[in-house]
Amino acid sequence: MLKTIGKKYGFYIVIVLFWLLMTLLGNAGMLTSHFSSLLVPMTYYAIAAVALNLCVGILGELSIGHAGFMCIGAFSGAIFSLLTKEVLPGGLRFFLAFVVGIAFAALFGFLIGIPVLRLKGDYLAIVTLAFGEIIKNVLQAVYLGVDAQGVHLSLDMTTFRMEPDGLTLIKGAQGVSGTPRNSSFTVGIIVLLLTLFLVHHLMDSRDGRAIMAIRDNRIAAEATGIHVTRYKMLAFTISAAIAGAAGVLFSHNVTTMTNISNYFNYNASIMLLVYVVLGGIGNINGSVIAAMILYLLPELMRGLNRYRMLIYAIVLILMMLVNWAPGVQERRRRLKAFLKTRLTRAGKEA
Amino acid sequence: MSFLNYLINGLSLGSVYAIIALGYTMVYGIAKMLNFAHGDIIMVGSYLVYSSMTMAGLHPVLSILIAVIGCMVLGVVTERVAYRPLRGASSSLAVLITAIGVSYLLQNLSLLIFGADPKAFTSVITWKGITLFDGALQIRGTAIVTILVGLVVLFGLQAFIRHTKSGQAMLAVAQDKGAATLCGIDVNRTIAITFAIGSSLAAVAGVLFCSTYPTITPYIGAMPGIKAFVAAVFGGIGSIPGAMIGGLTLGVIEILSRTYISSQLSDAIVFAILIVVLLVRPTGLLGKRVMEKV
Repeated sequence: MLKTIGKKYGFYIVIVLFWLLMTLLGNAGMLTSHFSSLLVPMTYYAIAAVALNLCVGILGELSIGHAGFMCIGAFSGAIFSLLTKEVLPGGLRFFLAFVVGIAFAALFGFLIGIPVLRLKGDYLAIVTLAFGEIIKNVLQAVYLGVDAQGVHLSLDMTTFRMEPDGLTLIKGAQGVSGTPRNSSFTVGIIVLLLTLFLVHHLMDSRDGRAIMAIRDNRIAAEATGIHVTRYKMLAFTISAAIAGAAGVLFSHNVTTMTNISNYFNYNASIMLLVYVVLGGIGNINGSVIAAMILYLLPELMRGLNRYRMLIYAIVLILMMLVNWAPGVQERRRRLKAFLKTRLTRAGKEA
Repeated sequence: MSFLNYLINGLSLGSVYAIIALGYTMVYGIAKMLNFAHGDIIMVGSYLVYSSMTMAGLHPVLSILIAVIGCMVLGVVTERVAYRPLRGASSSLAVLITAIGVSYLLQNLSLLIFGADPKAFTSVITWKGITLFDGALQIRGTAIVTILVGLVVLFGLQAFIRHTKSGQAMLAVAQDKGAATLCGIDVNRTIAITFAIGSSLAAVAGVLFCSTYPTITPYIGAMPGIKAFVAAVFGGIGSIPGAMIGGLTLGVIEILSRTYISSQLSDAIVFAILIVVLLVRPTGLLGKRVMEKV
């Protein structure tokens, strides 16, 4: 009884303990301000890594545009908060910002999924990559604002004219500014726990088993009556939605989003992929641990920063070769068998 | 007349995309893998030309030769070290992620070696070009050379595949690896040759690309690489004339949308085309629908 509870909920307890420890240390003033400022980003990168692992590990489709979904969530959540800054109380507004951010990210995930998930092959990787670039380009070019005359949308700064009392929402490359700072470590941990609960629950459900069956053998899954496209869409949309939630946390933490290409570029998507690969593809809890450690390590050891990307690249290649190469697998199997016979023989002699 | 000018610029850019797309499509057709690092080979090629021509002061032809051979070696080595061990892995994700890793590795290595600041590339094509209709139409030499090189590469590759043993072996491996092995074809060697050809074409594309847009950074390869993939999908992945047609079309669309719609959104428009193609005709213009055997 205790064992099953430990197995099922042990990781949640570890996270809660971690939260407790950090909060207590923070209240006692034992954390440097630099370290405390890393705690919230750590949670949203962990959430985004879980989202990507749902797509890569559970669904078995590679996405390299998950930073794009984060970007959608960040912008839509921030714009909602800006619009309702005076109308709604802080807590409710932040909750609704999550709803809006998640909804928009899910919608885009759904739309991206339609052309791609019907196909077999590696198209999702390239389309998500393209999507990430489109989002980045469009959001950097667009000017959006509201005033008494209605909504203004323009691609050109010179034609973008607003009444003096108007509210500028997106200011081209200068992005969105003035988002209320609602994100905190506690909120981040709560969203992370909810995400983990959702994804674990999904994996244990009938839908989850269908999704994993498609990953393991698409044709066999189809033959047993599983609607392949529908379940792929389901998993991908949920994955995009979770990344959107991470984005909302992001925008309500940094408050000013200028030069978004620094945050939501190809590198950001690759970084998430490194978290997933290092934590173990398909291992949801592993992604959380890998994201937290890998996020903190280079931040705390600034000297590594120059070589961080290079190390990431080598980690990606080596992890793949060690875990998946048939030759390496065969050698590992033989080594295991060899050690086993040696050990049993040694045991007999003793 | 200015429209004609833009059209020619589009065809020139399109020829570069086409040459890259040829490498993409060959590797995809034969090794059945998406080589994400293909775009970064372009970047390596440009840096090789830059360092041997501008830094070491070698003759342009010699530096191009160095770049082509260097990229060929790089392509074969990455295939041997990173991709071949994963052939036959139970998940196709593994080789895809490895390719991303290789791409990332090449970018960051050049970042460490050459730094992030853009380098000015001296065009290897010194010909000014021709002027027609009393100066109303000016065609730059780079554009003409690029288009010509594109055509030469296309016909050369077609001839290679039709008339040489290695080319025939490529077709066989693309169709059925197992059956090709039974016929005595060395599959590993054939795939290595494919990578060698694809990577040396990428070096040529890099030289042409940088002659038109003369700045090099460690990231220049990524975008043309992705667009060339779009071109390959557009023309039908695995088809060599398809890659050519896809590349040319994409180049023209990009230049025209940059001119007449928005310079910031031209990339977005190119990617939107990919999504539309996948929706309407996933096999591309010249691609064949392949029945799946269980």
